[in-house]
Amino acid sequence: MGILDFLKSRPKNTATIAKERLRIIVAQERSSRNTPDYLPMLRTELLAVIRKYVHVDLDAINIQVERDGEHEVLELSVALPEHKTDTTA
Amino acid sequence: MTETIVVTSGKGGVGKTTTSASLATGLAAQGKKVAVIDFDVGLRNLDLIMGCERRVVYDFVNVIHQEASLKQALIRDKRYENLYVLAASQTRDKDALTQEGVQRVLEDLGKEGFDYIVCDSPAGIEKGAFLAMYFADRALVVVNPEVSSVRDSDRILGLLASKTRKGESGQGGVPAHLLLTRYNPVRVESGQMLGIKDVEEVLGLPVVGVIPEHESVLMASNQGVPVILDESSLAGQAYADAIARLLGESRPMRFIDAPKKGLFKRMFGS
Repeated sequence: MGILDFLKSRPKNTATIAKERLRIIVAQERSSRNTPDYLPMLRTELLAVIRKYVHVDLDAINIQVERDGEHEVLELSVALPEHKTDTTA
Repeated sequence: MTETIVVTSGKGGVGKTTTSASLATGLAAQGKKVAVIDFDVGLRNLDLIMGCERRVVYDFVNVIHQEASLKQALIRDKRYENLYVLAASQTRDKDALTQEGVQRVLEDLGKEGFDYIVCDSPAGIEKGAFLAMYFADRALVVVNPEVSSVRDSDRILGLLASKTRKGESGQGGVPAHLLLTRYNPVRVESGQMLGIKDVEEVLGLPVVGVIPEHESVLMASNQGVPVILDESSLAGQAYADAIARLLGESRPMRFIDAPKKGLFKRMFGS
């Protein structure tokens, strides 16, 4: 580091940015861990079926595997679009 | 009792083989009988780092396919007579390793009275990496203070908890330790590199050792001498500390602070 670099403003604290980004992505990936491998595929295929009848967005489908004592429960919720009179489906 | 330790990371180039070589050598230096196995089929490199590349006749895959006995394939270290290297195969395909074969070799090493088996995992999460961790009693997850390495380490921690014998049998997975390598205290201090606390907080695990980025690591690999044997090397000393901690000793972390710079040096050079 020479005198010119020293006179320039200090470099940005990129480590803080890295940590924040990691914190978010790691939390997100941990929450989807231990779910069955077929879940993403199931979600895509369900979406395709639902879209034959109602037009919904990809994020309108929420699939979760919940543990209920000894059982695992596959929870599926689909947020349908608000009622419109002119159904195109 | 034989303890199997996997050295893994997910990401490549973070220092798994360097760590495996120093871990195995460090344990052997304490009088333990140690075998270190290269699981990177097709990309053998542990032999080079250990300095026994010209003495590989039979390898891990030969033993798994019963083309050679374990005794024939184990290469005795030149420096410690209680340290042995089992090289990876250079030519076979990735399916050359089988779960039954790996289990048999590990059990046979146990019968031979080995105290420690160090499994040097390949990068990635393919079969070699999976088999390297599957039978482990403990894991050393090598991580660099850098975003992709930290994220991959978290993925590996997840696999250690579930896709291993200890994970599948409801024992809560393989207990893991983090080893932070290529650490540069100057860059951490200036906010350009993730610090020890940052990595610990993101991954939710304490760090068992911090290996500073140091020229001695390259110099050691150039010569085929595990860096832990270079007693003047900061990285070598840091490895010795980390191994002592793995064995239950408590030692303060060293080489984690940037050297203090005078005003003159800060203005005119580094």
